[in-house]
Amino acid sequence: MKHLRQLEDQSVYILREAYKHFDNLAMLWSMGKDSTVLLWLARKAFFGHVPFPLLHVDTSYKIPAMIEYRDRLAREWGLNLVVGQNKEALAAGMNHTMGRVVCCTALKTNGLKQLLENKGYTGVILGVRADEEGTRAKERYFSPRDKHGDWDFRDQPPELWDQYKTTFPPGTHIRIHPLLDWTEINIWEYIKLENIPFIDLYLDKGDGTRYRSLGCAPCTSPIRSTAKSVDDIIEELRHTTVAERSGRAQDEGRGMELLRKDGYM
Amino acid sequence: MSETTKPSENLNIVIVGHVDHGKSTLLGRLYADTGSLPDGKLDKVRAICKQQGKEFEYAFLFDAFLEEQEQGITIDTARTFFMWKGRQYIIIDAPGHKEFLKNMISGAARAEAALLLIDALEGVREQSKKHGYLLSLLGVRQFAVVVNKMDLVGYRQDVFDGIEKEYREFLGQFKAVPSQFVPVSAKLGDNIANRSKQMSWYSGPTVLETLSAFQKEAARSEQPLRLPVQDVYKFDARRIITGRITAGRLKVGDHLVFSPSNKRANIRTVEAFNIEPQPTEGQAGQSIGVTLDEQIFVERGEVASHQEHLPLVSTAFRANLFWLGKRPLEKGRKYLLRVATKEVDCEVASIHRIIDTMDLAQQQGSSTISKNQVAELTLRTKAPVAFDLSTSFESTGRFVLVDEYDIAGGGIITELVHDDQEFLREEARRRDFAWVKGEVTVEDRAQQYGHRAAVVLITGGRHTSKSFLARKLEGRLVADGRHAYLLDGENLRRGLDADLSEEERGQTTEMARRYGEVARLLTDTGLIVVSTTNPFGLAYREASQAIRTLVHPAPVIAVHMSKSEEEPPPNTDVVLSGPTDFDAATARILDELKRRGVLAQAIGAKPIFQYSI
Repeated sequence: MKHLRQLEDQSVYILREAYKHFDNLAMLWSMGKDSTVLLWLARKAFFGHVPFPLLHVDTSYKIPAMIEYRDRLAREWGLNLVVGQNKEALAAGMNHTMGRVVCCTALKTNGLKQLLENKGYTGVILGVRADEEGTRAKERYFSPRDKHGDWDFRDQPPELWDQYKTTFPPGTHIRIHPLLDWTEINIWEYIKLENIPFIDLYLDKGDGTRYRSLGCAPCTSPIRSTAKSVDDIIEELRHTTVAERSGRAQDEGRGMELLRKDGYM
Repeated sequence: MSETTKPSENLNIVIVGHVDHGKSTLLGRLYADTGSLPDGKLDKVRAICKQQGKEFEYAFLFDAFLEEQEQGITIDTARTFFMWKGRQYIIIDAPGHKEFLKNMISGAARAEAALLLIDALEGVREQSKKHGYLLSLLGVRQFAVVVNKMDLVGYRQDVFDGIEKEYREFLGQFKAVPSQFVPVSAKLGDNIANRSKQMSWYSGPTVLETLSAFQKEAARSEQPLRLPVQDVYKFDARRIITGRITAGRLKVGDHLVFSPSNKRANIRTVEAFNIEPQPTEGQAGQSIGVTLDEQIFVERGEVASHQEHLPLVSTAFRANLFWLGKRPLEKGRKYLLRVATKEVDCEVASIHRIIDTMDLAQQQGSSTISKNQVAELTLRTKAPVAFDLSTSFESTGRFVLVDEYDIAGGGIITELVHDDQEFLREEARRRDFAWVKGEVTVEDRAQQYGHRAAVVLITGGRHTSKSFLARKLEGRLVADGRHAYLLDGENLRRGLDADLSEEERGQTTEMARRYGEVARLLTDTGLIVVSTTNPFGLAYREASQAIRTLVHPAPVIAVHMSKSEEEPPPNTDVVLSGPTDFDAATARILDELKRRGVLAQAIGAKPIFQYSI
């Protein structure tokens, strides 16, 4: 529990730094376990308030239970929810059969870029974790993006102690990653510790499968698991040797590096 | 099989060393040999290698970028996670290439312990030394040296002993003491997780055992309290002061002093969300929020402590610094200094020497510091800053410099430099601590008057009509229903200062001290004091600094008048170049008073004050 409190203290510090430095700040919320923990940490940092809007980039292919859960929490917690969608791409018939990288770029990356541009957000908070995937392991807590949303991983700003990059030329923005040091187990241990409401898609409801990572319905598949509670999940993760995102099609090959260089989450 | 018992703590480790000395290989091997890799990861990387027609290397496991794999180097720090014997390690693989020193430093700055790699075949190289020195500068005191590629030197003990001797001597020059030297072959797995059969002469711990022996940082909660104010929230009725306790502990009822403003109050509550029952104390490491029993106005950058152990306050300090900026650091140029949560403009007063990390030779007389150089220097800030020496306090004893948009350097504070305001600050501090208050509070006065107390100080050379403007402003304020008073220096000269000798009148110090204390009394009555530096003649810069120090915490709105294009004194708010339109000049000062929150409400409106001075 002590190490969870250390992670919490660090994330709260980062969230407060973000709030102090950026007037036009927003947080991405995908309703998955990580971004919901992030949302909870924001309520911790600001004593029950969430003083910035929550953005959801809706690809229209999400699992319906996720949308129900989203709207319920938004109501109960009094959240300022902003939903964005790449309507043009959807109208033109974009879907995963056109190619996963193509579809993710259009509906997620470009959907996000449109949303950021329309609303003029200069800082965006995301629930990215370093242990999810190789390129995320190299992220900074405060990661600048140029005006096209591109990430120059070759020239990332130094982060010294608790000092982060908070000033930048006009036209660019910063992505803030308060969960970088959290692992998948840490997330579930914290959900248990704080009793955070999560979607039951993560649990086995009798057919011997559950989702370990949530994304769009066509590109995310459940894993074989009989975990029926948070305790079961934690126990399972302590012994698993299967990668968390093995059910996520976009990670195959070099998909993720290409997506992220271009502005993917 | 990895040991996946429930973690009791986590420890941040960084792996540093010269390029090609095998950091990524060591990391890959450590994971592979302890069964810490996900299923299929090894096979996936093997397949990519085969596809690209090259031999598999453990380094590829964590060099995620295509470019890194193609060039066989680590470009940026990767964080990886690893569980062993009830402890969760966050291992940071920092690049060794010279080009990426800022990434190495970013990695090392968040580490609690380090492994420093040296190639047995190449021996101690430039970056081995630089990294060793920087670890010490960054405050990473726990580290072990791993001598890699022992297989390439026939596992010879004399080679290992030679490297150990040479490197220990180098580290000894700045008193760094490694916990261990471990001979390994990361490629072949000798002494990583498993003991080597090739080096029976070595009886010390393996790399894995060395990691287990690193201690969690000693609890800083036993130190005196340091709580740098991060922000002040007022989402509801509570006014919550937030920050991360960087040292010591606090509890409800504690008397806090905020430096450098010297404002004081008691902790009324410790605020938290979803914690039952509500906490009543906090300690080092925690990001907390407190409310106070008095509505004092404190802001980000102030450091809260207990009265018995105050931080240092000055406008100058000596430091060791490493520079990462694209442009060289220049003496006399302006930079933004950040110490804990405080941000203030500063300049380099002097560069004492540049240190060559290869042989620790010292080069003197330079007026610039180039990228990746380390130097000793003195920084001078525009306003007083609260800080500590890095030997006493980690977080409040280190700083970064921002050049334009970028964090371009970092360092540790080694010495307080006494400045000429020091005795006045001490006087103000002692006087504030002992100040006897009446029953009427500053908020009561602000409510009654519809404005806060402040000093409008008009500086400038002779014959710039400072007096005329001051009179005009006083008249205008009073006509608007404000409580303002013209404090003319001439009145003090003939009264309060009548006992001073001619010689003492010629010096600014005592005159300014008396003047400042009178202004402080007037602001305590809630007045807006309008004044000029006329009695100080050409010494107005020194006098305005002294007055500012003494009237603190009342805000000083500084107006500078000049007929030439001279540079105004530091912290000037309004610059007027020989105004002929005094009505316009007065209006500009009134705007500034509004902007600074002094004139909060229109007359007649019901005043609502969130805070007072």
